[in-house]
Amino acid sequence: METKPKLYYFHGRGRMESIRWLLAAAGVEFEEEFLETREQYEKLQKDGRLLFDQVPLVEIDGMPLTQSRAILSYLAAKYNLYGKDLKERLRIDMYADGTLDLMLMIAQAPFKPPKEKEESYALVVKRAKTRYFPVFEKILKDHGEDFLVGNQLSWADIQLLEAILMVEELSAPVLSDFPLLQAFKTRISNIPTIKKFLQPGSQRKPPPDAHYVEVVRNVLNF
Amino acid sequence: MPGKPVLHYFNGRGRMEPVRWLLAAAGVEFEEKFLKTRDDLARLRNDGSLMFQQVPMAEVDGMKLVQTKAILNYIASKYNLYGKDIKERALIDMYSEGVADLELMVLYFPHMPPGEKDAALATIKDKARNRYFPAYEKVLKSHEQDYLVGNRLSRADVSLVELLYHVEELDPSALANFPLLEALRTRVSNLPTVKKFLQPGSQRKPFDDAKCVESTKTIFS
Repeated sequence: METKPKLYYFHGRGRMESIRWLLAAAGVEFEEEFLETREQYEKLQKDGRLLFDQVPLVEIDGMPLTQSRAILSYLAAKYNLYGKDLKERLRIDMYADGTLDLMLMIAQAPFKPPKEKEESYALVVKRAKTRYFPVFEKILKDHGEDFLVGNQLSWADIQLLEAILMVEELSAPVLSDFPLLQAFKTRISNIPTIKKFLQPGSQRKPPPDAHYVEVVRNVLNF
Repeated sequence: MPGKPVLHYFNGRGRMEPVRWLLAAAGVEFEEKFLKTRDDLARLRNDGSLMFQQVPMAEVDGMKLVQTKAILNYIASKYNLYGKDIKERALIDMYSEGVADLELMVLYFPHMPPGEKDAALATIKDKARNRYFPAYEKVLKSHEQDYLVGNRLSRADVSLVELLYHVEELDPSALANFPLLEALRTRVSNLPTVKKFLQPGSQRKPFDDAKCVESTKTIFS
């Protein structure tokens, strides 16, 4: 019998949120330990479970995994969300990595001074509308299928939905020029495991606020 | 019949160097098309070759691959440098991602504004000596095998050895306290494909010099 994966991170999105999404979409129950103090973090370091002294940390299948992208790839492979062959996996990687670039900009913004933060968010919306969303709209248009790759749900679809919702929080009408992405958003959101994750009371985390930024700065000492 | 991979980038290390190393280590011959002007980049963008309008881009097996990690994942899988199962792949990924984090600082360093370079160099030295090198030394010590994962060469070894060379250029004594890393570097450097790549005249790129930095500023402005 497998023990549940355990996630170690702050009580917020940051670089762990995509991992929560992927686990939830795969219907995998997981536990979380939230870092609130520097002492907790130092204990994790001393225990030797943080290979590069960094979180996210996910304990799964007897391995203490760090590096969010490594964790995401492992989960995608384990839960059959990584396509059926090498070429499909390549496309999923390209699409997910592009989306992750956009989401990294969002994750880093709260830690900037107010003016730069606003500029970052504006750039995110611009990049979404001109660089990323047009690509995915075209992919969906070209093959006419329900999912980005291989006519079945993959990590790329889950990552894109997460990104769409996060950018909509910054600019509600961001999908107005992308009808296929609007349909995609509805369709993926209605997948039972994802629908459940989108309900209040799930392990999905809210957008970062001042308290979150303060906790992270305290724990990581920067 | 598939032709050789073609790498599209400027004539310098940047984000493409790890791809060159991995192809070379796998014994794969490749061609390069260097971006020299802003027009070169515009042309690639306009003909739809760059999925997210960015390089690196690698033409491989009839496809135009972008996103460095995706490119490296594909090459590693195709040439059996990615472990034997998903657990080995998880470890290889974790180690490779750590290397990539430090490598990004190192590869970007020549392109930084002069006023920021001193601080950046101090960070690189600190992270290499206190975070990354100890981590990999510990992995090698824990199993006493010749390679990081699964007792055989993987992309994690190749990218780590590349990093060791790059850091040493900036901090000549960085490897002083890491005997197992030194041994790994020697072992990997003596593999015929890598040995060949380390010779003068290979497609390995030198440290991005002032001329290269100027040129990339123009292309990407």
